[in-house]
Amino acid sequence: MRPAAYTTDLKGGILRLVASGDWVARHLGPIDGDLRAFEDDTVGRDLLIDISGVDRLDTAGAMVFERIIAACGRRTARSGIIGASDAHQLVLDNVRPHINPCEVEPAARNAFVMMVNRLGRGVLEGYYTAVEVLNFIGLTLSTFVRVMRDPKRLRMTSIVHHMEEAGIDAMPIVGLMSFLIGAVVAFMGAKILRLFNAEVFTVELVGISVLREFGVLLSAILVAGRSGSAFTAAIGTMKIREEIDALRALGLDPIEVLVLPRTIALIIFMPILAFMAAVLGVIGGGVVAATAMEISPAFFVGRLQDTIALSNFWVGLIKAPFFAFVIAVIGCYQGMEVAGSSESLGQRTTLSVVQSLFVVIILDAFFAMFFLEIDY
Amino acid sequence: MAVDRTMEYVIEVEGLRTQFGDNIIHDNLDLAVRRNEILGVVGGSGTGKSVLMRAIIGLKRPSAGTVRIFGEDFYAKTQQEQIETERRWGVMFQGGALFSSLTVAQNVMAPIREHLKLPHELAADIAAMKISMSGLPPDAGAKYPSELSGGMNKRAGLARALALDPEIVFLDEPTAGLDPIGAENFDRLIVNLKNSLGLTVFMVTHDLDTLHATCDRVAVLAEKRVIAIGTLDEVRRSDHPWIQEYFSGPRGRAALTAKGYDTRPPAEKG
Repeated sequence: MRPAAYTTDLKGGILRLVASGDWVARHLGPIDGDLRAFEDDTVGRDLLIDISGVDRLDTAGAMVFERIIAACGRRTARSGIIGASDAHQLVLDNVRPHINPCEVEPAARNAFVMMVNRLGRGVLEGYYTAVEVLNFIGLTLSTFVRVMRDPKRLRMTSIVHHMEEAGIDAMPIVGLMSFLIGAVVAFMGAKILRLFNAEVFTVELVGISVLREFGVLLSAILVAGRSGSAFTAAIGTMKIREEIDALRALGLDPIEVLVLPRTIALIIFMPILAFMAAVLGVIGGGVVAATAMEISPAFFVGRLQDTIALSNFWVGLIKAPFFAFVIAVIGCYQGMEVAGSSESLGQRTTLSVVQSLFVVIILDAFFAMFFLEIDY
Repeated sequence: MAVDRTMEYVIEVEGLRTQFGDNIIHDNLDLAVRRNEILGVVGGSGTGKSVLMRAIIGLKRPSAGTVRIFGEDFYAKTQQEQIETERRWGVMFQGGALFSSLTVAQNVMAPIREHLKLPHELAADIAAMKISMSGLPPDAGAKYPSELSGGMNKRAGLARALALDPEIVFLDEPTAGLDPIGAENFDRLIVNLKNSLGLTVFMVTHDLDTLHATCDRVAVLAEKRVIAIGTLDEVRRSDHPWIQEYFSGPRGRAALTAKGYDTRPPAEKG
């Protein structure tokens, strides 16, 4: 096997290119640059390409010869490809009609225009999404009211199924996380408070932060990542497979069949998760207090009861159903927005998690301001 | 079936058994594909046509039997040798299976870039030629697969399969989901490419018209093996009930009549 090679000469005003070796794709890399330079010299001249010395010729090699001839721009008696065996001629004939370069990438537009374009699109899309999510929330609520007039239409099997999947199955991870967060808060708090000789305030630190914020927020974050995305993926897959259209065609309301059970299940179970998270968070703090500091469990519980107002606990718990509602609705909304390809499914699932986390934290901030104002 | 040793076989499958768990798809299956022929593989749904293709191209390891490509046992090779063999064939999957993040031209360039160290410009030229050969307009090169119709996606998939000048091309349901005109164009394209590039084509299909228009030989898959192989006429003469139903059912007859075949069932010919 000899690599492709060639020589050129100029005799009597005719350019000649004499090729030899194997003109197959893998050998063409090193000589392609020189050949392109040669191509530029051929314009308007007579050019003969002698390929009688070529052993093997594939479509890539044939393309290169035909490209040079095409660049030369004339196919006369005195220019063309000579010396081709029958087999090589067949390849050349097959390639000839297909020498038409095409663009590899879409034409790039002005970078600044594109940037402004994207910015504008982003702002508009944000606005439309907000309107549509509100729309979807309204639709879900009105469907809920309609179904509650005839409560037999509530799909209990489905609700229980989603309570298990989104709720009970999430308990181990939510419990473990909040236990660890409670422990970490106690640890960090104790370290700082020790400087002021105020280690006992660790109890308040853990109690208030876990009961009021961390328990419910952590549950919401994990549920958004676990179940919100699962809702989007499940409904989105149904959308792609036209199952949603099939439901509609059968006279069933997808909101009633798919969205309501998930939303109700999450609203019922999120407070349970938040309660468990709060309890385990406090236990985590207590364990650290008992092992790393000299605060006995009995003292810890006693001080908890004395100093932490019950309102902290209620503030945490009351937020849970609201978080559940936005997570479920955004998850389902994004699922319904999946269009066509599985690519869109991936994008929507990501969006679902990002948006529900965003809304949960915004909501949490509003709750914090609200409870501060009413001094609860 | 007697194996004619004077013919050159590029694919030889012997005693193949594939299974998913306890579910046996093929058992003791033999099949041989000659150089420069178009072999159509037909069979009812679930008879493992696509699985057979996957077993031959190394995507589904058989639990018994050998697959010889170009006379060498594919599954006995080292990974490096397998890659060498894989470069000599091209595969077109059912939906085209184009990489969605790349344009059509970049898709076709992908195997060229991976396997041959060629300058970008040359690779782009080769890709443009293959795109044109597959019957796509030049402006399709810069488009993403999601911007193309199903038929164009299949053509682009074929262009990618042809990128490295393969000796064998595997086509999985090339005309499924195409409108009749698109399917006919595709049939013609495959025959053209086979004649001009000297390809061997292994084609899984459901489409009777494609079978008639393109295939040199037909292999029928049923009962976990190849129950008949030969030219269309030879296969039609088999008295296996599935084959009779397939070729003599209303659709089979319509397709055959259109091609000028005698469609009376063989039994009636006396």
